[in-house]
Amino acid sequence: MTATPDTLPIHSEDDVVRVRHAVRRAAVELGFSLVDQTKLVTAASELARNTLIHGGGGEARVERLDTPRRGLRLVFEDRGPGIPDVERAFQDGFTTGGGLGLGLGGSRRLVNDFSVESTPGVLTRVTATKWK
Amino acid sequence: MTNPDQRILHSLERDPSRFLDVWLGEQAASGTMRRDLISEAELRTQSQAFLSALIAALRSGVPFEGGSNHPAWSGVRAQLEDLSRQRAQRGFSFSEVATFVFSFKQPLFSALRESTDGGTELAEASWEANVLLDRLGLYTIEVYQRSRENIIERQRQEMLELSTPVVKVWDGVVALPLIGTLDSERTQIVMETLLQRIVETGSTIAIIDITGVPTVDTLVAQHLLRTVAAAQLMGADCIISGIRPQIAQTIVHLGIDLSGVTTKANLADAIQIAMERTGMRVERQAPGRTP
Amino acid sequence: MERIPILKLGDLLLVTIQVDMHDRLALTLQDDLTTAIVAHGARGVLIDISALDVVDSFIGRVLGNIASMSRLLSAETMIVGMQPAVAITLVELGVTWRHVRTALNVEQGMRRLRASLDGPRA
Repeated sequence: MTATPDTLPIHSEDDVVRVRHAVRRAAVELGFSLVDQTKLVTAASELARNTLIHGGGGEARVERLDTPRRGLRLVFEDRGPGIPDVERAFQDGFTTGGGLGLGLGGSRRLVNDFSVESTPGVLTRVTATKWK
Repeated sequence: MTNPDQRILHSLERDPSRFLDVWLGEQAASGTMRRDLISEAELRTQSQAFLSALIAALRSGVPFEGGSNHPAWSGVRAQLEDLSRQRAQRGFSFSEVATFVFSFKQPLFSALRESTDGGTELAEASWEANVLLDRLGLYTIEVYQRSRENIIERQRQEMLELSTPVVKVWDGVVALPLIGTLDSERTQIVMETLLQRIVETGSTIAIIDITGVPTVDTLVAQHLLRTVAAAQLMGADCIISGIRPQIAQTIVHLGIDLSGVTTKANLADAIQIAMERTGMRVERQAPGRTP
Repeated sequence: MERIPILKLGDLLLVTIQVDMHDRLALTLQDDLTTAIVAHGARGVLIDISALDVVDSFIGRVLGNIASMSRLLSAETMIVGMQPAVAITLVELGVTWRHVRTALNVEQGMRRLRASLDGPRA
């Protein structure tokens, strides 16, 4: 059903760049249009930065999907403090990291499916999927 | 020679060239032969290649199970795939494609009758031949179906692209006359094509003419606004022209804010504005001075 | 440390970003550019991003900030060569720039910047 995902650590800014490259590679392989590739890589960049800054580091998984449709799923996991109020974190302008606050809400607009599960202090998982 | 597959092989190997002739005759007589789409020589080459591949696969002794991925059958699969794709492209119908495999049955049964003693042996071999050819037939149709879907998808893409004619109006000015309903997917392609052409032509002004667009809803308006915003980020300005009275009413009723965008009622006004902004002027020639 | 080179052309500064932007590099560019504007008394800054295939909200914000800071230091900023796919993504992301001027390529950007710096000629 799903090919073995690439798993990448996120512990530095260079890792964020590596995540972008891995996502670009997978998006090209799956035949996404240039605009969709760019949206995926940008979403990956936002989410990887979140993992690094707010989660204190973690990992990213890049999964190529075949069923029900071809697509690319990005999963970001960290064991940082977590997101107590997920709904509020989606709003544009919400920020705790000194950025524009477009990270979560913005990335959600760049993909088709987006979910955040967070048990503060235990595990925060952000999943973003774009279908071909 | 107890294996039914081997009986099929045996009957085919006895006289392959005569078998080929009988089979070609069967295909020609089937009434679904498209002589207008395929030449006799081509059909003979294809049939010959399939027959050889089938004999080779049967020799391996590996059974063909639904879409079998076994390398022993790769030659047969490749033949059927090429044939299905080719016929899908040339416009053959389902039954015209399936006939290729199903017309194999009659000659094969005759050959089996000649090469067996009849009775149980013939019955078993016939059944086996039936099952094998049905599977090969199904496989052929599946590939044909997939090829057809690919062709339809490609044509749909081409149509979407054709419906986005970005024309160069003047040095540095491109125009995109939009005609027909704008759904989300089409708008996205329109947007990408326009921005791409802006870069290619180095145009600083893009006119989007919506005279031919029957309705503008919130979603379409949003897409238009995003296109304008993206063009601005790249360094080009957009003018939206061809806003008909009903559309102006809808836009206001829906509360869509187009105040940041230059809008014009018709394309001529938009072109004039574009010329002014690029430092051009259109003048009527003095009377009596014709070129 | 990795740095993005800044070229001086008369009273203009030209930056061509050709590497993968990571956050630290963007912030270093911001520091270097503001310092260079003051050091050279530059009146215009041209940043060519045509080689960038990703601009996320952080990089977008740094570019916007560079423009706002330059303006405080009396220099105008022109960002040129943004790829269509990047522009579409930035719009969806919700990034907006207030003090940034844009152009399709370096040549057009240079012309526009010169025109506004030299003022309207009679």
